[in-house]
This record gives sequence, C-alpha cells and structure tokens, in this order.
Amino acid sequence: MSLDRDTLLDIYTRTMKVARFDEKMRSLLMSGKLATIYYTMRGQELVTSAMMAALNQDDYLVTTYRGQHDQIAKGVPLDLLIAEIAGRATGTCKGKGGSMHITHPATGVMVTTGVVGSGLPIANGLALSSQNRKDGKVTVTCFGDGATNIGAFHEAMNMAQLYKLPVIFLCQNNRYGEHTAFADHTRVDSIVTRAAAYGMKGVKVDGNDAVAMYAAAKEAVDRARAGEGPTLIEAMCYRMMGHFFGADFSYMPPEHIEEMKAEDPLPKLNALMLEHQFTQAELDAIVAKLEAEIEAAVEFAFSSPFPDADEIRKDVFEEEIAA
Amino acid sequence: MSEAETLEAVAPRAKKPKQITMVQALNAAIDEAMAADEGVILLGEDVGAKQGGGVFKVSSGLTEKYGEHRIRATPISEQAIMGACVGAALTGMRPIAEIMLMNFVTVAMDQIVNHAAKLRFMSGGQTNVPMVIRTTTGVGVGFGGQHSDMLEAWFAHVPGLKIVTPSNAADARGLMRSAIECNDPVIFIENILCYGLKSDDPGTDYRVPLGQAAIAREGSDVSLITYGRTVLDALEVAETLAAESVSVEVIDLRTIAPFDEATVTASVRKTGRAVVLHEAVRAYGTGAEIASRLHESLFNELKAPVQRIGGAFSAVPMASVLEQAWIPKKEEIAAAIRTTMDWKR
Ligand SMILES: Cc1ncc(C[n+]2csc(CCOP(=O)(O)OP(=O)(O)O)c2C)c(N)n1
Ligand SMILES: [Mg+2]
Repeated sequence: MSLDRDTLLDIYTRTMKVARFDEKMRSLLMSGKLATIYYTMRGQELVTSAMMAALNQDDYLVTTYRGQHDQIAKGVPLDLLIAEIAGRATGTCKGKGGSMHITHPATGVMVTTGVVGSGLPIANGLALSSQNRKDGKVTVTCFGDGATNIGAFHEAMNMAQLYKLPVIFLCQNNRYGEHTAFADHTRVDSIVTRAAAYGMKGVKVDGNDAVAMYAAAKEAVDRARAGEGPTLIEAMCYRMMGHFFGADFSYMPPEHIEEMKAEDPLPKLNALMLEHQFTQAELDAIVAKLEAEIEAAVEFAFSSPFPDADEIRKDVFEEEIAA
Repeated sequence: MSEAETLEAVAPRAKKPKQITMVQALNAAIDEAMAADEGVILLGEDVGAKQGGGVFKVSSGLTEKYGEHRIRATPISEQAIMGACVGAALTGMRPIAEIMLMNFVTVAMDQIVNHAAKLRFMSGGQTNVPMVIRTTTGVGVGFGGQHSDMLEAWFAHVPGLKIVTPSNAADARGLMRSAIECNDPVIFIENILCYGLKSDDPGTDYRVPLGQAAIAREGSDVSLITYGRTVLDALEVAETLAAESVSVEVIDLRTIAPFDEATVTASVRKTGRAVVLHEAVRAYGTGAEIASRLHESLFNELKAPVQRIGGAFSAVPMASVLEQAWIPKKEEIAAAIRTTMDWKR
C-alpha cells in the first residue's frame, strides 16, 4: 500500500507539530521557565499522528500521562494545551488538570489518565455510548506496553469484544515501562498475541513506518465504524529518552540506544516525504509555520493569569462548595 | 342494610394505598427513568432477562422492555463495569452500575476514586460523570467477612461523590429517581435486610431530593442521627424510651454525603443532645465526622458529648451469635441515649 500525498502531508504536519512542541517544552523545562512533570513522547510522534489522521475530529480519544502527542495530533489547540501544562486559568482545564489530565471534548479528548491501564475500561464506555446512540463515532485509547499487565487491560479487552464495541486499543510498545524493559515484564514476544485470547483482531505494526501504521489505523477505524468490533494494534516504537523529562535512562543498554537512533521516526518520515516529491523547502516552510504557531501559543500561555483560589470550590460537584 | 353497609354505600372508604417493597420501589424508579430517558442504561452481573433480572431481582422485567443494549449483563469484571459507566456518562448518558455486593466495589476503586469522582474537577468542568453505583450489603444474614461491609466512610472521604442510602421503600423510589437525575456520581447503598420492607407506594415520578435528611420521629430530648437499616432500630428504641419519658428525635440522613448540616444542627440545637448510630465499623466511621461537626458548631449548647455507636472493630463474623455481638444493639443505643440524658457537667 502507498499513501496519497494529502494523507502523507497530513501525517507529516501532525508529526512535526508534535515534534516541535516537544522540543519547545523540553527547552522551557531545561531553562527553568516551566516547572512541571512532563513525559516526553520523543520517538513516538509518528505512531499517533498516523492513527489520528485516520480519525474524525469528533471521534473519541482516551490517553495517558504520556499523551501530549496524542492530544496534539487529535487537534487540541496548542495555546490551551500549553496554558494547561503551565497551570494557567486559560488552559483546557483551567489549570486544574495539568499535563497528566488534559481534557478537551471539543476535539474528542475525553480523558487523560495518570493511572496505568485505567483508560481502557473508560474507552469501552464511550464506545458503548456510540453503539447505543448509533452516532458512528469510534473511540481510540492509547496506552503503553507496561499497561497490558494490569487487570484493567484484561477486563476491558474481554468486554469490548463481547459487546463488539467500536473501540481501538492502540498499544504504543516503546519497549519500556518506567525502568523495566519489555522482556523483563512480559513472557510473550508480542502483546498482540493476547488479542487472540479474547477472540479479538490484533495487528502488530512498525509504528515508525508511516505507510504501515496508517494502513493499520485505517483498517481498524473502518472495522469499528462498520460495526465489526474492536482491534488491538501493537505499534512498535522507542522511548528515546527517560521515563519523564530529566529522568535518568542509563539502564538502557547501548545496543538498544543504537537501535532506537537508527529507527528515529523523524528522519525516516522526512525521507519518505522527499520520495513522494515533496521538496525540502516545502517541508521546511511547513515546519517554520508550526514553530511560529508554537511560539505564539507559549506567549499566550505565559501571559495568561494563574487560576483564582476560589476554583478549589468549583467543579467538585455541579453546585459550588460553600466557602 | 346494616349500618356498615349504609356507610359503604354513602361514603366509600378511601382506597388503601398500594404497598410496595423496596425491591419493587427500586425497580419502578429505574423503569420510569429508563422510559423517560434513552440515556439511562444498566450494567451489572446477572442483570439481564436471561439471568433472571438480577440476583435480587431489582432489574426484573427491564430487558423485556428496553432491550439488551440498555440492560447489559456483564462479565464478572467490576473495573470494566465501572469504567464503561464512567465513559458512557462522559457522553451524557446516565448509566447505572450494579455491583452485586458492596465489598466487590473494592476491586473497582480506581475507577470510582480516581476517575468518576475527579473527572469533573480535573477537566475544569468540561466533563461530568452522571452515573449511579448501586450496591447492596448488610449485617445479619450470615454472609461473613467479605459480603457484609458498609464502606460509606471510604467514599464520603472522596471529594466528588454523593452517597445515598434509603431506610424504606418510598424513599428508595424517590432517592433512586433523584440519583439517576444527578449530574454527579452517586453511590446508592441498599441494605439486603431492607429489600422486603413495605411502604405505601408514593407513585410515579416521585422524587426525594438528595442532600435532605428526614425527621423520622420528632422528639425534644435527644437527637438520634442515623441512616439505612439502623433507622428501624432507632425508631424502636425511641418508642421504648418514650415509656421512660425520654423524647427521642430520630433523623434519617438518607443522603450521607453531602451531609445535611442544616437539618441535623437545627435538631441538636433544639435537643442539646446527640447520638450518632451506624452499622459500619464505629472507628473512623461517618459518626466521627458528624460528632466532630456538632462539637465544633454547638459546643456551648450541648448538654452532653455526642455519643457514637457502630459496628465492632473486626471483620463481620459469620456465626449468628458473633454477628449479633458485632452489630450495634438496641440496648447499646438506649444506653448511649441515657448517657447523654444523665450527663453532669
Ligand atoms: C496503576 C499504576 N501503577 C504504577 C504507576 C506508575 N507508573 C507510571 S508510568 C509507568 C510505566 C508504564 O509503562 P507503559 O505502560 O509501558 O507506558 P509508557 O510510560 O512506556 O508510555 C508506571 C509504572 C501508575 N501511574 N499507575
Ligand atoms: Mg512503555
């Protein structure tokens, strides 16, 4: 399969938006301008951009603490996102959520959870709602390789297949769960083998290959929309840095580091674009535009006010808590 | 015509209202809510028609009316049930999760505490979770340590959850309707021993507002504050003590959290004495919170320190003699009341 130029350009733009955003965040953290917990997605940019390119704006997404790429690729406005990460009143969640809890229903981002594996059962509920209402929406839930060892994964996979829910389980297998390598937390070679245990369709794909990743995503979306039920996608990728920004990753063996550098999705995608007769100048122009957008978003975020202390009494319940 | 027959003919006796059990009341409330709103769905183990409408028959007849898409018989997967309800609620549906027994809620705590309770707040009010978690429990039927606990204090400690428990069938009907209509997650605790209790049927579209306690019996000497099954014990003790000229006011909280501070404070301000009673373990229970609040707000007006009565500090035992030793006893309640009456400063 090959990709048409529009789709390719779409994937490229989403990917580079994520990549430049991530660079900016790391530089803000490094310089001390921003102080917060931040889980970089360096190395996983393409997986999610290809997935989101296969979705509609109103499809649902449930993701994790390492989910800023998922949210951006899904369409969360950068200014609101960065303001939220910086704890400002203008953020998506008024500064009450932060990077681990980004929510933006307007772009379908319904939940971002900091609890490993908890997004899967919730994704089923969103999909169950779509099934009952026949609204044609598809739900995608992103999680890591480590998350497949928590009970919630098992319960959710079984229920999704039982009800044939329009949900896609996108496992971004970055080969580590915190400091623990894949082979040290799981006996099977591939997570996708587990799909069979639920009678579910499973696909393993190279998440750094735009063509293959998009094909897998598209097929899963089409199946879900057609009422054919869920798919487990295991997208192979690398976590090219520590677990969170600033964390040590000296536990990664040198061979692993060599391997992941060779598989870096960004240069690979650039080469693919050139193969498809995009010029480097065209691509650079796209990136320059994205960089300007990111600068403006950062400016917006840092010039925004902090939330009012009264916010603590709001949104606990529908009715405000008395002072 | 005899005198009785004449009376009947002239003024037919007011028709005696229909009586319903708590199970029928809950079934009726859910049925009505499902008829009124397509978004109301029920997920739980054995709840479908094929399984006989639930272990306690609360969902009896509902699959036949609303179909398997709305009455979802689930695998034994409490996390998946709870998560699915959270997700559906985020889209504006009003799911009801049936957790067969309250102890099994413990395997779904993450979804309740980290998600259902917090998503409204953490999203800055962009989303909310209008779901009901129905669950049942109760001490006194020999179910032992893992099938009897009252865990309301755990949930009352979590911002974002409302906790409701009816003591009679009419309240069950009205509270269930309100819980389903609430835009935040509600934990609805049913006591197995109350399922067969009958009330006059309050009829369709009956609602008891959340957050409002009821004065189950008026009195002037002591306020006895309780909820759920122990309301029945409280009323009995109040009757017994009336013979000793002690006038006990019984308050049925109905909603445990948020706490109806206004009703309770007004009562205790009037009586000057309070006893808090619950079936849950006494230590660190909701009674401690209530007693503390009363001491904070009414210290100078109290004629005696607030007394607390609750379950013993052990797992709920199986053997009937032990179970009866574990559970708060009527003599204990009466003794606590007398303690407040006899208190000398
Ligand atoms: C239930 C739970 N246990 C432990 C943690 C701490 N924790 C945060 S991320 C993480 C590793 C998860 O690995 P994986 O699922 O592979 O995702 P990745 O971080 O690689 O994207 C752990 C153990 C948590 N957040 N939640
Ligand atoms: Mg991982």
